[in-house]
Amino acid sequence: MVVGGGMSGLTAAVEAAEIGAEVYIVEKRPFLGGRVAQVNQYFPKLCPPNCGLEINFQRIKKNPKINFITNSEVEGISGEEGNFNVTVKTHPRYVNDNCTACGKCVEACPTERENDFNFGMDKTSAIYLPHEFSMPMRYVIDGDVCKGTSCNKCVEACPYNAIDLNMEAKNTVFNVGSIVWAAGWNPYDAENISYYGFGQYADVVNNVMMERLAAPNGPTKGKIVRPSDGKEIENIAFIQCAGSRDENHLHCCSSVCCLASLKHATYVREQYPDAKITIYFIDIRARGKFEDFYNKVESEIGLNFIKGKPGEVKLDNENGKLIVHSEDQLTQTVTDEKYDMVVLATGMAPVTRKSKVPANINYDEDGFVASDSGMPGIYAAGCVKHPMDVASCVRDATSAAMKAFQSAVRGQDNG
Amino acid sequence: MDKKIGLYICTGCGLEEALDINALTAVGNEEKVAVCKTCQQLCSKEGKELIKQDIENGEVNAVAIAGCSFRVNYDVFDFGPEILVERINLREHVVWTHTPNNEDTQMMAEDYIRMGMAKLKRMELPEPYVPEEEVVKTIMVVGGGLTGMTAALESAKAGYKTVLVEKENKLGGWAANLYKMAPVTEPFTEIADNYIPDIIKEIEANSNITVYTSSKVITTEGAPGMFYVTINQGSKEISEKVGSIVQATGAKPYEPENLGHLGYGKSDKVITQAMFEEMAKNGKLSGVEKIAFIQCAGSRDENHLPYCSAACCVESLKQSLAFKGINPKGIVYIFYRDIRSAGQYEHFYEKAQESGVNFIKYAEIDDVAENSGKMVITLDDVILGEKVEASDFDLVVLANGMVSTASFGEEMVEESEEDEKQDSESQESIANKPPVIQADILNLQYRQGPEIPILKHGFPDSNYICFPYETRRTGIYTAGSVRAPMDLLETREDATGAALKAVQCVENVSVGMALHPRSGDLSFPEFNMNRCTQCKRCTEECPFGAINEDEKANPLPNPTRCRRCGVCMGACPERIISFKNYNVPMVGNMIKNIEIPEEDEEKPRILIFACENDAIPALDMAGINKYSYNAWVRIIPVRCLGSLNLIWINDAMSKGFDGVLLMGCKHGEDYQCHFMKGSELAEYRLSKVSETLDRLGLESERVKATQVTIMDYDKIPQMIEDFTEEIDELGPNPMKDFQ
Repeated sequence: MVVGGGMSGLTAAVEAAEIGAEVYIVEKRPFLGGRVAQVNQYFPKLCPPNCGLEINFQRIKKNPKINFITNSEVEGISGEEGNFNVTVKTHPRYVNDNCTACGKCVEACPTERENDFNFGMDKTSAIYLPHEFSMPMRYVIDGDVCKGTSCNKCVEACPYNAIDLNMEAKNTVFNVGSIVWAAGWNPYDAENISYYGFGQYADVVNNVMMERLAAPNGPTKGKIVRPSDGKEIENIAFIQCAGSRDENHLHCCSSVCCLASLKHATYVREQYPDAKITIYFIDIRARGKFEDFYNKVESEIGLNFIKGKPGEVKLDNENGKLIVHSEDQLTQTVTDEKYDMVVLATGMAPVTRKSKVPANINYDEDGFVASDSGMPGIYAAGCVKHPMDVASCVRDATSAAMKAFQSAVRGQDNG
Repeated sequence: MDKKIGLYICTGCGLEEALDINALTAVGNEEKVAVCKTCQQLCSKEGKELIKQDIENGEVNAVAIAGCSFRVNYDVFDFGPEILVERINLREHVVWTHTPNNEDTQMMAEDYIRMGMAKLKRMELPEPYVPEEEVVKTIMVVGGGLTGMTAALESAKAGYKTVLVEKENKLGGWAANLYKMAPVTEPFTEIADNYIPDIIKEIEANSNITVYTSSKVITTEGAPGMFYVTINQGSKEISEKVGSIVQATGAKPYEPENLGHLGYGKSDKVITQAMFEEMAKNGKLSGVEKIAFIQCAGSRDENHLPYCSAACCVESLKQSLAFKGINPKGIVYIFYRDIRSAGQYEHFYEKAQESGVNFIKYAEIDDVAENSGKMVITLDDVILGEKVEASDFDLVVLANGMVSTASFGEEMVEESEEDEKQDSESQESIANKPPVIQADILNLQYRQGPEIPILKHGFPDSNYICFPYETRRTGIYTAGSVRAPMDLLETREDATGAALKAVQCVENVSVGMALHPRSGDLSFPEFNMNRCTQCKRCTEECPFGAINEDEKANPLPNPTRCRRCGVCMGACPERIISFKNYNVPMVGNMIKNIEIPEEDEEKPRILIFACENDAIPALDMAGINKYSYNAWVRIIPVRCLGSLNLIWINDAMSKGFDGVLLMGCKHGEDYQCHFMKGSELAEYRLSKVSETLDRLGLESERVKATQVTIMDYDKIPQMIEDFTEEIDELGPNPMKDFQ
């Protein structure tokens, strides 16, 4: 069983299935693809994540050994390596297999919801397709806002009897030989870093919101503008290590944020040839061949680097600009620069920081699953284990699939 | 077996509202299908049952579904391995993107039905490739360092026989010489004793693993499932037959002789990281009171190694702490540019800071010199913003980075390139090949060279972020620092993943299935050798080096190396290469089956060849978003644009098409083609067809190649519109009259 249908989970599942293992993917959200589905482009190639997801989805579609269930969470694990019983709770989707994604329901739906796919920066109807590349290609109803049978308009509009507003949550028990825990990460909650003004000032965004702002299928159709008033950007700042490498927040380095901000700088530069782009940093961590990307971005697009960790972001009430208060270690001065927009390079908080695995396994001080989970047959993969970039997740997930396969082999030997 | 085609037209998802379904049925009947039925929702249980019944009654053995894209409901319309299925996309490509109840939309739908029929008539069920000889599942690992040992152990633990080849007289590699090891587990703060001997013991105790030390691979012949490897061990020659290979030959430290500007060679107090380990191990650090580490000695330097070596920061942190362990009062300075202790190694960095290690950020090291028996470092201090001298060091350790073992050797020059220097076309085509460096590691007996092609900076890495185990040589996987700079933690994960890929290869090859990206595909290219003219295009252009050549330049295909992209089929001027379910006549007949209106009807026709991997999904997304585009186009999906055979352009032009548009993946640096250079090859071939078109009196602008990504769905309508305008300006194809 693979828990999590993001890049790590999908990889672990297809790689294991392609050596002959039977695989169940359990995904919490209503679609597979995870966080990378919300990313506009990958560094360093600046290519679209949907390209690789498409290939993996084709591999899943064509492989009868892979089963997946969305809207589902693991509630309990019992047993041992080779013979685990996993209880999975599936939340109601309110839309069944009959759905053809024709879209008639959306025309009928009178209720709106915040679009979590775009981090609340726009709205969808209560019945919605998570996104264009959604797998499964099927609508889903947000049970928190849907008025249910008292409205019933979508049910009447659907030509295929695909909507069942009385659908209920159900529990299923799966017997599996091993478990890959690839639940992934959440952006570190920037509201915890109160002095940066996230949640307080609309123009302070985090780096995952930046992905949506730059994405052609995002809330602004890919145009990067100030969230507060839709104005164009003249002056933008990126604050690195916002919540990472910090004894009050995540202690670790989140590994990807330096490169992500360099990538975001390319997004901004493409749309604004004259905008001033500033990056506040401690170290620029462009390891290995990513150094090429760092050099390329630095030499080609013109960036202003300030070595220092800002102490505060304030709003200038007169002109609506943001003031970043920081030391500049190079000039040994304190600066108060003004920006139209500030992007916080918030790090990766493992999902297990808040939602633990329902089994007795080990974690580190930030909540990452320990390299050795401490329980044979349960293997963490990807960003729930170490903060890492996409290619590293794929390698790690492939390695976890191997470990999980070996558990099954051992199970056979013992049984 | 006679083909009995059943055409099933779905009327749901807006098809019925937008199209004259009876007219579509009539087209089916004209095509003499065995059964032609309509259904309100084919993907429903009833719809599927309708088809199943016809199959069970023996009325139908090939199914055409006219409805949604093949990208959805794949599993719903799977009727088992004996039944051919063709999906005719009337939803995303027709009714969701074109004006309902319109003559042009209707003509488009009818053409797609005709094309689907033509395709199905030329398709056969693929039969898996089963080699005449036995397929073996043994895994060979080349390189007995940490990566290689891990790969061998992991393969063995999964139940596979493993052969481990190491050139030195003992296992362990570079890591065996380390005094202490950086942490690879929580809390990531403690240095560990060298655990390599434990791993060696584990290998020795594992009966699945055969170890050859003091050994070298002389030649590797054959293909996945049946590689014949000759190993030289001293005076002995050993033969092994293996199924797949992990290349884990690691990296070498950057040559310190090149670091004279950092004092190496001028004073014996300037040493490398490896020399530090040896001194520490042999107790030679006593008496050393003050030590300096210079980071990026050679790395991140365009005159030396342009890349970051990824492991040196953590290694220097470890050496600092190891030194502190030997001499707790010792003074340590690390001169760095950025401390790159990524992820949880941040804890290790903190530990070093807490232990009193001093960190100085430099912009430039100006000089490292000896003065009265002590070392003096002159540097540009970033924080102080001035030149400073740091002195009194007993030892200066250069963190001298790593260089892939695959990068040592001469770059291979193809014979044909030398022979045909005059032939500019041929030279151009070969010029874009990834370099193969003759590093004397695997010595592959491949027509395209003896080693894995290099991606960049001498590392045979994958070009793909999402698929890091792609090496361009099927069944051979690079792992560890040979493929990219990485630390010990990453190395072990990488090795385990590579072991899985090696296992996956032998398992799939043994049942005739393709590996990623066409995982599970059973079709493979068949060569009709009678008509081969020994032109070598297929052997040169195969992105995976799957085709060898005999001395007369006849192609010798190795189907288990093949990834089923069809580049060879596109390359072949004699059209002798075909797949059971994908071939030149099949697409030719699809083109011929499209109805071209007379010139005076003023309905131009444009043929689009679109890559199945990115362009087709993008076209589908245009449909999902209901973006409308010109109804003059007809789309044919191709496995890869590289499988495009030029005869199809001829077919289209002589049929009376007014233009042909190719939609493929980005090529050049950071290419996106899943088969390396398919889209690039298609464009290259196009440059040749334009001369032919000119001769025929057709403007070469009628055929155009474009690059699209999967996210370009919002731009596609405009791209099509621009091209149709260009074609409109050229006027109708004069060949129309000769139909």
